Amino acid sequence: MKELGSGTVYTETVVYSPPEAYVNDVPYQLAIVELAGGRRVTGRVAGERAHIGDRVEFAEFRNDVPFFRKTQTS
Amino acid sequence: MRPVAVVGIGKTAFGAFADRDLRSLAVEAGQKALKNGNATPEQVEAFYLGNFAGPSFVGQNHLAPYIASGIGMHGVPATRFEAACASSGSAFFHAASAVAAGIYDVVLVAGVEKMTSQPTPKVTEILAGAGDLCGEVRAGATFPALFAMIARRHMCQYGTTREHMAAVAVKNHANGAKNPLAHMRKVITMEQALAGKPIAEPLTVYDCSLVSDGAAAVLIMPADRARDFSEKPVRVLGVAQTSDNVALDEKDDITTFGAVKTSAEKAYKMAGVEARDIQFAEVHDCFTIAEIIAIEDLGFVKKGEGGPYSLAGGTCLNGERPVNASGGLKSKGHPVGATGVGQICDVVEQIRGEAGERQVKRNGLGLAQNLGGSGATSVITILGPA
Repeated sequence: MKELGSGTVYTETVVYSPPEAYVNDVPYQLAIVELAGGRRVTGRVAGERAHIGDRVEFAEFRNDVPFFRKTQTS
Repeated sequence: MRPVAVVGIGKTAFGAFADRDLRSLAVEAGQKALKNGNATPEQVEAFYLGNFAGPSFVGQNHLAPYIASGIGMHGVPATRFEAACASSGSAFFHAASAVAAGIYDVVLVAGVEKMTSQPTPKVTEILAGAGDLCGEVRAGATFPALFAMIARRHMCQYGTTREHMAAVAVKNHANGAKNPLAHMRKVITMEQALAGKPIAEPLTVYDCSLVSDGAAAVLIMPADRARDFSEKPVRVLGVAQTSDNVALDEKDDITTFGAVKTSAEKAYKMAGVEARDIQFAEVHDCFTIAEIIAIEDLGFVKKGEGGPYSLAGGTCLNGERPVNASGGLKSKGHPVGATGVGQICDVVEQIRGEAGERQVKRNGLGLAQNLGGSGATSVITILGPA
């Protein structure tokens, strides 16, 4: 498992109507995070709600899904 | 390449039909198109079917010959095309290309989807299969979530507002209320649209198209034979299909659909027209933001002006350039595999002057835009009188 480091929220949403696999997770925040170097990944934001431009850092992989945490408001 | 014409159209009602199976819907649309084009099943040389997820929604595979034989077409090549929500647009593109190339003369193209027999979380999961399962979908992306992230970015970059998106829903519901075959014939207000139940922020239930059952079909042939079959043949002036990345996080700019732009450029060039010449359009409003982006990518308005133009009424039935006079996917319904051919039927009806209460005034040049996934497939068809 590679650390993804920190990045910036490129876009985000909070999901209320889930697919079957995630019915117990709602509501959850999904985001596309732009990492250092410009690569973007789609993952979850745990904890405090993040908005476009906010800084986040990689927390962990859960079932291969990257989870981020907000570190700084834009 | 030979000029191609549409001579027959056939649509089922779109809606939730507990007593109808997938095959019966497709057969009904196909038989209506043959009747409308004054043709018999024996005259058809090939059958092209668009269907996104029949195997997942209802467990049935091998759909094209299954439906062809139900229509009474025996022995002809019968093939299913899958391109997410652009499945039947793609079937139409390949069918029209085959007729233009001289491979066949008389071809039936149909699209069908039977979605309402599954509960919403299952439908959501099946639809998500049109995204990147190893990335965005595993993280929990649904199609509303992907378009919600597109909407957030469009709002951030261009100042698009919730009111701009709600205006699309209000307009499409007003149009759909005039369409006897629409799934939801219900006028809604701006206040209702803004206060809808959240699905994926900032999208509410009123920003999302409907989960529907339905089918549509068209009969096409070389334009020089069309008058033998129809008094009102409609010319396929341009048709193009292009592709782009499936995953949203692999695109440089998610506020635009690159494939829509490239397919529109090709179709405009083939038809010898420019964006400003298009008088009305059926566009792929799977979500309200998708219609706003569509009118930008098609070149009807400048980038970023899709929201204000929609709120100002430019796309209304009596506006400068009517968009989704049928009610669109939002109100007419979105049986995904049927949508592309359904849009072509709606444009043909307008050009023939047969759209009743929702008839547009300037009906000489129409366009259908069918989008697959979050933009990985785009099919553009430009139609005019033959």
